[in-house]
Amino acid sequence: MPDSAPRPNADPAFPFAWPAEGLTRIPDWVYTSPEVYEREVERIFHGPTWNFVALEAELPEPGSFRRSFVGPTPVVAARDAAGAIHVFENRCAHRGAELCRLQGGKATEFICPYHQWTYDLAGNLTAVPFRRGLKNQGGMPKDFQLEDHGLKKLEVATRRGVVFASFDPSVPSLEDYLGAAMLRDFDATFDGRKLKLLGYYRNTVPANWKMYHENLKDPYHATLLHAFLVSFGLMVAGNKSAMVVDPSGRHGTMASAKPPEMPKLDQETKTQMRAYSDELRLAEPRFLDYVREFDSPWSVTMQTIWPNFIVQRELNTLGVRQIVPRGPDEFLMVWTMFGYEGDSDEMTRHRLRQGNLMGPSGFLGIEDNEAMRFVQQGVTRSDTDASLVALGGTEEGTSDHLITEAAIRSLYRHYRDVMGL
Amino acid sequence: MSASHRELRLEIAEFNAEYAAVLDAGRVQDWPAFFTEDAVYRITGRENFDAGLPVGLVYCEGIGMIRDRALAISRTTMFAPRYLLHQVTNDRVLAVDPGGEISAEANYALFETLVDEKTTLQQVGRYHDRFVREHGRLKLKARHCVYDSLIIDTALIYPV
Repeated sequence: MPDSAPRPNADPAFPFAWPAEGLTRIPDWVYTSPEVYEREVERIFHGPTWNFVALEAELPEPGSFRRSFVGPTPVVAARDAAGAIHVFENRCAHRGAELCRLQGGKATEFICPYHQWTYDLAGNLTAVPFRRGLKNQGGMPKDFQLEDHGLKKLEVATRRGVVFASFDPSVPSLEDYLGAAMLRDFDATFDGRKLKLLGYYRNTVPANWKMYHENLKDPYHATLLHAFLVSFGLMVAGNKSAMVVDPSGRHGTMASAKPPEMPKLDQETKTQMRAYSDELRLAEPRFLDYVREFDSPWSVTMQTIWPNFIVQRELNTLGVRQIVPRGPDEFLMVWTMFGYEGDSDEMTRHRLRQGNLMGPSGFLGIEDNEAMRFVQQGVTRSDTDASLVALGGTEEGTSDHLITEAAIRSLYRHYRDVMGL
Repeated sequence: MSASHRELRLEIAEFNAEYAAVLDAGRVQDWPAFFTEDAVYRITGRENFDAGLPVGLVYCEGIGMIRDRALAISRTTMFAPRYLLHQVTNDRVLAVDPGGEISAEANYALFETLVDEKTTLQQVGRYHDRFVREHGRLKLKARHCVYDSLIIDTALIYPV
């Protein structure tokens, strides 16, 4: 239930009012309300946004397909005989069954197991059993046209081997949607080399899906929550870093540059970072080495592309993360880890070793997931009804230091506009 | 099945019971002692294992990385307190090389209990193991923990 007072003349079916303090507060109901979640699916995931669905490396040949999601909605991405990629709803046009059950593979057509309605690789309906009935009895009406009953098709855009889809034909081009600053960081990772799949992680997090974006727009947490980064010299509060926000406020890149050596910390920094310890030493620190391979001043970029996509370039361990919301209080994360074709065996193993930082057993990944779980519990169970986002005052947009929540405020300015809040 | 094969299977079952006891007791710093210097330890989903994809949720090459994992989990990682309980069953000896290296498998179930929560099944899976003998005692040269439960609930904190 909303826990702020309804606005006068507010829609009684949607009686939510943002706290009077503005963007320095986030009301709990953005994380807990089924009505708000429903509107997010309609206006954001099914609205004019580009959603990640697959990597082209997962669709290598004609007939390759991959089960995926746009928001909570199951879709299939498939490559047709001519090489074009199509994305369509994973829902039979007949009785609604989710017809594609395999995670991926190769197919020449898709046949619903219930009544064997058959679709081609573009989602067009090609056959309906007993369409004309049997012995002049039954069958579909005479005016039934196969072409009127294909699977629901989405808009598709690809860039540098990454496949996006949108339910809304009015969506701007992917390039306009991302903007120049975001394209720069995106293209630094997807730099033209062909991707080589290394494997998948999947996990649920019992928290609202937006918290994942917030966490990656919150550079403040990195040196405080992640003792590993601090203990082993990967990141400290004084490192060169930036939190880049696109002009719309919805996308962002958290970036930092690893110092060549463990920096000497002054006493004030050490005291502020309780996680810091002078005694801990790794037996195999080489797994944190950064092999320079990207046209970027940053050794780490975590890019959030609204609404369902994260590009992870953490030193040399690379991955994309897809957010699949499952209601206001849970989301699924699908991690696809990759390297590049042409990587030496040693480089592949370096990426795999460094992968220990990320994912649901990663030294950093564990902590992010646990922290989000704690926040969801707090905002759900407490009597208090809003959280505080006042670091850096009311500033918004890009910043070149870590101690700010400006990017979170930028996101919620965009969000409120889209959501009518 | 020969008597010596049966004896080896019993020895591996005892090894796995001790291994589970150390982890169930939360003694993660004692866990590296079950491995050889050059050991490989990996936890990965069955979809990766079956497709030959090399990624690991946990991917350790050598005892140093195994010790670092134990150090990070016990000293630097933030997570809610919990109990874990392993059940290791269906131990099988698959082959013994002329050099004495043993291939073995066992199924595992891992139960997790958090404060204020009911016990859940964290994951079920299978150990794919290579054992060698050092000073008469079995040690793991490779343990690939391959889980069927493809969706991890929030986080898998401790080694499996």
